[in-house]
Amino acid sequence: MTDSPVGAPRPPTAEADSAPGGVGSRRFRGAANYLALLPFHAYIAVFLILPTLIVAYGAITTASGTPTLENVALLFTDETFVDAFGKSIQLALSTAIAGAVIGALLAWAVVRGDPNGLLRQLVIAASGVLAQFGGVMLAFAFLATFGFNGLATLFVRDSLHLEILTDASWLYSLTGLVVVYTYFQIPLMLIVFLPSLDGLRQEWYDASESLGGSSWSFWRNVGGPILAPSFLGALLLLFTNAFSAYATAAALISQGSPIITLQIAGSLSSEVVLGRENVGKALALGMIVVVSLVMLLYALIQRRASRWVR
Amino acid sequence: MTATSPKPASTGHGVAVAFEELHRWYGSVHALDGLTIDIAPGELIALLGPSGCGKTTALRALGGLDEVDQGRILVDGKDMTSVPTNKRNMGIVFQAYSLFPNMTARDNVGYGLRLRGVDGTTRKRKAEEMLELVGLGRQAQRYPHQMSGGQQQRVALARALAIEPKVLLLDEPLSALDAKVRRQLREEIRRIQIMIGITTLFVTHDQEEALAMGDRVGVMSAGQLEQIAPPSELYDRPRTRFVAEFVGLTNRIPGTASGGVVDVLGTPVPLLDGSAQSGQVQALVRPENVRLVPADDGTARVAAVSFLGSLCRAQVTLPDETLVVAQMSASESRGLVPGATVRVVVDPAPVFAVEE
Amino acid sequence: MSATPSPLSAAAPQGGALVARPKGAGRAPRASRPQTGARVAILIVVLGYLILPLFAMLEFSTRGDFGSRSLDAYAKILSNQNLVDSVTTSLQIALLTVVGMLVLLVPTMVWTIVRVPRMRRVIEFLCLLPLAIPAIVLVVGVAPIYRFMGQNLGKVGGSPLTLALIDIILVLPFAYRAIDASLRSIDTATLADAARSLGAGWPRTIIEVIVPNIRGGVLSASVLSIALVLGEYTISSLLSFNTLQVVIYLLGKQDPFVSVAVSLSALIFAFVLLIVIARVAGGTDRRAQTRAEEPAA
Repeated sequence: MTDSPVGAPRPPTAEADSAPGGVGSRRFRGAANYLALLPFHAYIAVFLILPTLIVAYGAITTASGTPTLENVALLFTDETFVDAFGKSIQLALSTAIAGAVIGALLAWAVVRGDPNGLLRQLVIAASGVLAQFGGVMLAFAFLATFGFNGLATLFVRDSLHLEILTDASWLYSLTGLVVVYTYFQIPLMLIVFLPSLDGLRQEWYDASESLGGSSWSFWRNVGGPILAPSFLGALLLLFTNAFSAYATAAALISQGSPIITLQIAGSLSSEVVLGRENVGKALALGMIVVVSLVMLLYALIQRRASRWVR
Repeated sequence: MTATSPKPASTGHGVAVAFEELHRWYGSVHALDGLTIDIAPGELIALLGPSGCGKTTALRALGGLDEVDQGRILVDGKDMTSVPTNKRNMGIVFQAYSLFPNMTARDNVGYGLRLRGVDGTTRKRKAEEMLELVGLGRQAQRYPHQMSGGQQQRVALARALAIEPKVLLLDEPLSALDAKVRRQLREEIRRIQIMIGITTLFVTHDQEEALAMGDRVGVMSAGQLEQIAPPSELYDRPRTRFVAEFVGLTNRIPGTASGGVVDVLGTPVPLLDGSAQSGQVQALVRPENVRLVPADDGTARVAAVSFLGSLCRAQVTLPDETLVVAQMSASESRGLVPGATVRVVVDPAPVFAVEE
Repeated sequence: MSATPSPLSAAAPQGGALVARPKGAGRAPRASRPQTGARVAILIVVLGYLILPLFAMLEFSTRGDFGSRSLDAYAKILSNQNLVDSVTTSLQIALLTVVGMLVLLVPTMVWTIVRVPRMRRVIEFLCLLPLAIPAIVLVVGVAPIYRFMGQNLGKVGGSPLTLALIDIILVLPFAYRAIDASLRSIDTATLADAARSLGAGWPRTIIEVIVPNIRGGVLSASVLSIALVLGEYTISSLLSFNTLQVVIYLLGKQDPFVSVAVSLSALIFAFVLLIVIARVAGGTDRRAQTRAEEPAA
């Protein structure tokens, strides 16, 4: 590819295979172009691909290196693991749905306002923080609220004279995880779904109205169908988010490992039963499979959604 | 195509529309400032003006998409000012992107009918009739993203007309299209409008469009109506400085005014009402009213000549450095080359003049 | 539209919810009266619910003796050496991550646009890949690598700063999105052509011409990276490095008041950071885009 002067039509990048022989220098330059991308690819290979391969390899080998499907089989046979997977999926699904619905409502309320206004910027920045950076800190936030000495616990007990929250141990169980996870799923939904709501053009609403439609007929016939794919996609993202979460659970749950991420962490740090060293890797591989499937589904939905909305 | 008088077309579907002293504020911006217009049944009024002049606000007010703070809107004699949009039964064509992307052309056009409870078979038939009317009979099952901009706007028009509205509102429907499509489509819209005889409000910032389409053209600026008149009257007899400068190309040639006449380069030219009446003024002369006479003793010099197909435009420099543009037919432009000396003579067509 | 728009980068000022979106004809959308009521109600209820734990944190961390208010917990933050050290460590890791991310991403992305557009999809896929590999899984695969580094690269190999290497991977999806949105908003290819035709070499073109015009995206990507590194717990804790989040966690067992205080502080800090990029970066990029011509009379 020659250095074209400004304004000349940009030649397609088939430089490496365009003309035979004689343009050896062009071919060289073509290859050199790709070479410049090497550092990036090398980095990804070492710090992303390699670890993934290590996990995959470990999952299908024994401690001594012989290939085996034992570890993977355990995922389906060992009750603890099956249970943990089940609970993880349950947790992820329920909080994804709750977060998606509430988050969508919040997004709708925000999008109706000034697109450059302060409220919107504040809500989005706050959502960014709560959705992604919370982790351990959000666990503490909930301890401060619903823990044994938490604000809400004390308020309900002392001011409302109700005993329902006094036994705060619910917070440190799966129930607590559901409550806390939903909390950060809502802002995540806002961030992911808001652009889709933005894409709903005012003209469609105006047109529907001018043709005699009410708010309901707009949402039922136009808005709903258009948003459905994005909503579903966002739901899937929320699912992945909750399924993969670790920090919050680690901070809240000190007894046992009811969900998969805690199981994996356990396999890394605690003493591992002889012969089951690579089970953690199998669990990790299982997670990759689940997440990849969900992401694939997400990609398919996205492609369909973008077809309509320019 | 252009009517020279506000004679509406035939089939009697049209109703009269009136704006009475409309006022609308957006914060401190006075978007509509006492707008008053009477539209005759079946008439197509083109609202023309620069961005922010209020023309779109006026259209949206008529359609019920925006509220008015003061004044009344009357349709067929009835006060519609506080009637919600979905009860006004008006067909609106937006600038772009108004087709529902999740529906085919047929479903888009049939949407209004569906809301009115028309049954499926009738709906399908009517929708296809309307699509046929706008020349898209074969595209009924296509989705918006499969159509070009021009096709989409035709579907939008079909959809607006399908509900048999009382008034048709077009909000810069051609602005997002490219030039050739624009010209084709505007002729079709006009043809259909005349055929159906529906009262129409057409908003645009493109002069050519407004002058070509309107029975009358209303020029707006800063929320006010500067002048509303048939296109030729607007062009030949502007009543305010804004209209004179906004519509058509103008040259500003210095001259001396007195007694209803301005002396421009030696020719006495009648002054239009509303002009500056005395002293040193600038006459706004149209290029087609400027004649260039090649002369060796001429005091003006040709700076550039542009060939535009059937027309030619020549820029000449006067002795006082003023640049004047003259327009003539291509045949009349022979002999005009950059550097040639010419004499500049103005036709005595009435002009608008402004202070220096 | 690519496979996985990362949630957080959607919060980046460009290409996401924060950017000024011209709606329809540039008008603010109307809200009819019943809608406004519903809207306000939703905002109050949901935002109220979201703010509750934060408020509880404030209340909890300012509890003094016998029902009074006190800022002791906050004062103790500064006197806790572990905590202060961890802040320093985390900030250093964040800095390294930002630099590494920029050096890795910006030239690669620019090069993809101007010379090898075919690779754009590939790069995009690779940058979004980390979303499919949760941190908890990544750390399992990375542990052996870190063991290797710790054993064979001496002091440097065992330092917490090596976390930057893996944090760069974690921030990749968000940083990519932010920078990509910026690159798309300017005509990168033409700018590069112009610079090259005037005689500039590639490094000069990138540093002096392209980067200044994608300031918004670079800023977003950097701030998001900093926030992510400061909030990172999973990998740090499982590799036994004492970063900020790890120390906060450990502190939770000893002194809940201080740990809540520092958590709240960190959350507020991240919040302010994101507001700053929303305001600053949003404005920068608006300037870089040309204004549409007003249609002449």
